[in-house]
Amino acid sequence: MAECHPVGFQWVVEAKARGAKVFHIDPRFTRTSALCDRYLNIRAGSDIVLLGALINHVLSNELDFREYVLAYTNAPMIVSEEYRGTEDLDGLFSGFDPETRTYDPATWSYEGVTEEAAAGERSEQLDHGREHADMGGPDQYGAGGAAAHPKPKTDPTLRHPRCVYQILRRHFARYTPDLVAELCGISPEDFAELAEAITAHSGRERTTMWVYSVGWTQHTVGAQYIRAAAILQLLLGNMGRPGGGILALRGHASIQGSTDIPTLFNILPGYLPMPHAHQHETFDDYLARAGGDTGFWGRKRSYMVSLLKAWWGDAATEDNDFRFDHLPRLTGDHSHYSTVMGQIDGTVKGYFVVGENPAVGSAGGRAQRLGLANLEWLVVRDLTLVETATFWKDGPELETGEMRTEDIGTEVFFVPAASHVEKDGTFTNTQRLLQWREKALDPPGDCRSDLWFYYHLGKLLKERASSDERDRPLRELTWDYPEEGVHGDPSASAVLREIGGVGPDGALSGYTELKPDGSTRCGCWIYCGVYADEVNQAARRRPGREQSPEAPEWGWAWPANRRILYNRASADPDGRPWSERKAYIYWDEKKGEWTGPDVPDFEKTKPPGYRPPEGALAEAALSGTDPFIMQADGKGWLYAPAGLVDGPLPAHYEPFESPVRNPLYAQQDNPARRLYPRPESPYNPERSPRFPYVLTTYRLTEHHTAGAMSRPLAYLAELQPELFCEVSPALAAELGLANGDWATIVTSRTAIEARVLVTERVRPLRIQGRIVHQIGLPYHWGWGSGGLVTGDIVNDLMPLALDPNVHIQESKATTCDVRPGRRPRGADLLRLVEEYRHG
Amino acid sequence: MADGGLFARWPVIRQLRGQDGRGQAARSARTDALRPRVEEADSVARSVCPYCAVGCGQLVYVKDGKVSQIEGDPDSPISRGRLCPKGSASKQLVTHAGRQTTVLYRRPYGTEWEPLDLGTAMEMIADRVTRTRRDTWQQEHEGKVVRRTLGIAGLGGATLDNEENYLMKKLYTALGAIQVENQARI
Ligand code: SF4
Repeated sequence: MAECHPVGFQWVVEAKARGAKVFHIDPRFTRTSALCDRYLNIRAGSDIVLLGALINHVLSNELDFREYVLAYTNAPMIVSEEYRGTEDLDGLFSGFDPETRTYDPATWSYEGVTEEAAAGERSEQLDHGREHADMGGPDQYGAGGAAAHPKPKTDPTLRHPRCVYQILRRHFARYTPDLVAELCGISPEDFAELAEAITAHSGRERTTMWVYSVGWTQHTVGAQYIRAAAILQLLLGNMGRPGGGILALRGHASIQGSTDIPTLFNILPGYLPMPHAHQHETFDDYLARAGGDTGFWGRKRSYMVSLLKAWWGDAATEDNDFRFDHLPRLTGDHSHYSTVMGQIDGTVKGYFVVGENPAVGSAGGRAQRLGLANLEWLVVRDLTLVETATFWKDGPELETGEMRTEDIGTEVFFVPAASHVEKDGTFTNTQRLLQWREKALDPPGDCRSDLWFYYHLGKLLKERASSDERDRPLRELTWDYPEEGVHGDPSASAVLREIGGVGPDGALSGYTELKPDGSTRCGCWIYCGVYADEVNQAARRRPGREQSPEAPEWGWAWPANRRILYNRASADPDGRPWSERKAYIYWDEKKGEWTGPDVPDFEKTKPPGYRPPEGALAEAALSGTDPFIMQADGKGWLYAPAGLVDGPLPAHYEPFESPVRNPLYAQQDNPARRLYPRPESPYNPERSPRFPYVLTTYRLTEHHTAGAMSRPLAYLAELQPELFCEVSPALAAELGLANGDWATIVTSRTAIEARVLVTERVRPLRIQGRIVHQIGLPYHWGWGSGGLVTGDIVNDLMPLALDPNVHIQESKATTCDVRPGRRPRGADLLRLVEEYRHG
Repeated sequence: MADGGLFARWPVIRQLRGQDGRGQAARSARTDALRPRVEEADSVARSVCPYCAVGCGQLVYVKDGKVSQIEGDPDSPISRGRLCPKGSASKQLVTHAGRQTTVLYRRPYGTEWEPLDLGTAMEMIADRVTRTRRDTWQQEHEGKVVRRTLGIAGLGGATLDNEENYLMKKLYTALGAIQVENQARI
């Protein structure tokens, strides 16, 4: 965190000064480690073992926050008799089909639910879970997650052998401190200190917070890493409370925003799922299957109708299902890496790349560049000539002889972009906070904002639209934004107002005002209210020192300007603060409303004693003690009866490429992980002696992602001029690597060279009785982007092995070999990699 | 300066004599005459750092139509005026000489970039989208209506504004282009 989110880390330092205990768990020793109380060196790819052992520690010593767990989680729910877990099936859950490597999640549900649900009705069960698995599960159900039965059978004593609490106990029983030592390389003493600290600092009086970044997501089990943390935090009562939670530190200025208003294939704004051709033929099918009808997600019709009205305006009416049929349909996985395979296969012909540099930033870069070289046309928009724009002229495949410029048919347009100071608009930061940027000046030359580019492209495309039915969605698309300035920029405020929602009386003040009848328009329901009172709320800048610590008048946080999500959980079931020192949102009996320093994440006047009437829908179906208001049952899920494609509980699987055998189960790696078994995407053999070392990647403080925003800057280039690999003195001695000299790092994909940095910061780990060495590589270099410094592309080494829930690649833990000296040039490089592949 | 004499006023001597090296003793006539760049700015815009998602506040100073300085915004409750090395270097991000400010075009099988007028580029891109969309249109797939094209894809968004992502998703969806992805996937 100190390295990659340095200014955010000031608050950790401040908390530590006020008595907080800070642990840093990471395969590499960094500035964060230097400033924390205790650094734990962990083998990359083993975190579920550590988290699972913490869960086991809490459960076997009954250290859970029992009142919280009973009231706010699904611990008492009773699970179907047909469910079998990894303890029964040696690493698999019930419902696995080895042929398609997918799960049918039917048996994971609560007792009685399987029989109740009409066969094949629930989204995740269509086609025995195959479509569910194809699409990546959770996003199909929107922000509410999958709909489990809202009122299953329960056992409040938590003794029933099939209640969630007991299933958890059995599932994690073998996750012990000894196993942590064996697989993570963390000693039992260090583990005990961590376990003691997190349990001592949880409960009524205290809270513990977990912070993670892509070190937890870039794995074939990434989503389950986060699930494991969620289970631990729910057991300890650390969700929805001040100083609690699981904080994702996101790496780009508005990567949160680009997920909320997604340039992603499987969702629409506000986590509404993109419709699927088979499951969502009609609007009614869509509403019936896209998540539950209870909780705030039960208002999904209002959210969706308001979105369709924002896009198709007067053409969207009740009679035509508000033009639901204008939405294109998915039929499976259309994610980034699948799209690249489509380029190589010739189905994808035109490609827009906007402020991203996949030739350097995506895993297995060679496949990326083979894809680019097979396009008919490519449009790149960026500040500099990024490698993605120039691969045809100076890419590494020209040097190896795999490509020749004269043979590459791709037509390339480079259309320069405006910088962040040359346009106005909002970023959404890592805490869901929208902050408006004022424009400082006009962009130079042909540089234009992406708002300008897409708006004017849209106008030109609308002009070209024919009278064909195919073009109707384009013809009817609302596309009238006031133009401003010398270049005719569309007004970003007008776009934000459309996103924030309007009704008959102007801008809306919150998502509860959205209507299912077409009388409101809103481009992203979770952002509804960002333009309340016709004021750009994201532009508010009342100085922090003049406000409470929540600073509610600085920017605007979605939803409804709430700073802590699910903050109803900061009070006990009766609405009283859990303790004086952790008071946050609580029930004011006299006023009959929830109050506190934040906006309550609950209906303001719903009393703690409220119990829903039979058949209630949407939020009315949740009781006054259900804090997780987006969930269909209002509960935090320790066990996920539906929604994930690789199991209802996290289980430790080794990374797809690992030097270590999984001692827990016969199942070595995630059985449902997604692979691309094709020549462009070769893999290192399992536990191959040719690739004996663990390889992990990371960022440096002085550079940014694929480097196009940092390599061209003199200050930053000078601070970190060269690619290096971090190795321990022991490994350096073993391989004859000298500090400052060159090393070559090899995987089945390619070989790259880097300067050797011999450092005690990398420590060899004793894993299963033998020494395992880890290598660390920062990945910011490339050959172009106007960079003042150049270097080999680290991501070229990485495998295309993906998490099946979210289609994120495993770049945080793989295997490699290291040898002294520079890498071979030209065709010799291919020969070296070929030798390694075939041993 | 009470202790007079040119030599005695030389900052190094004063620092050696034990005055605080970061305070009075570091000053000279030249440094006394220096004015901060921010004082002379024609305008200042309240902005946000474009790198990571902490979202530190920035003040962007403009003088004679150019960015003259970018500093941390002390009003921000997130950053309290601080910026890390990247945020502090961001004036170079917007002013460095390596920025490409004109449209470039590479024709199929071409070996060099060629200049192209922005308006022409926009028309050419619109023509290609229209053509590819028509040629690759799928009204149905496996017997179900899909009304889409798999011929056009988009990548990027995490470095852009919400408003930009919104227009992108809106336009792509109306075109039937579904392979739209960004950095959140990697
Ligand atoms: S100044 Fe540094 S910490 Fe702050 S937003 Fe920019 S990159 Fe992130």
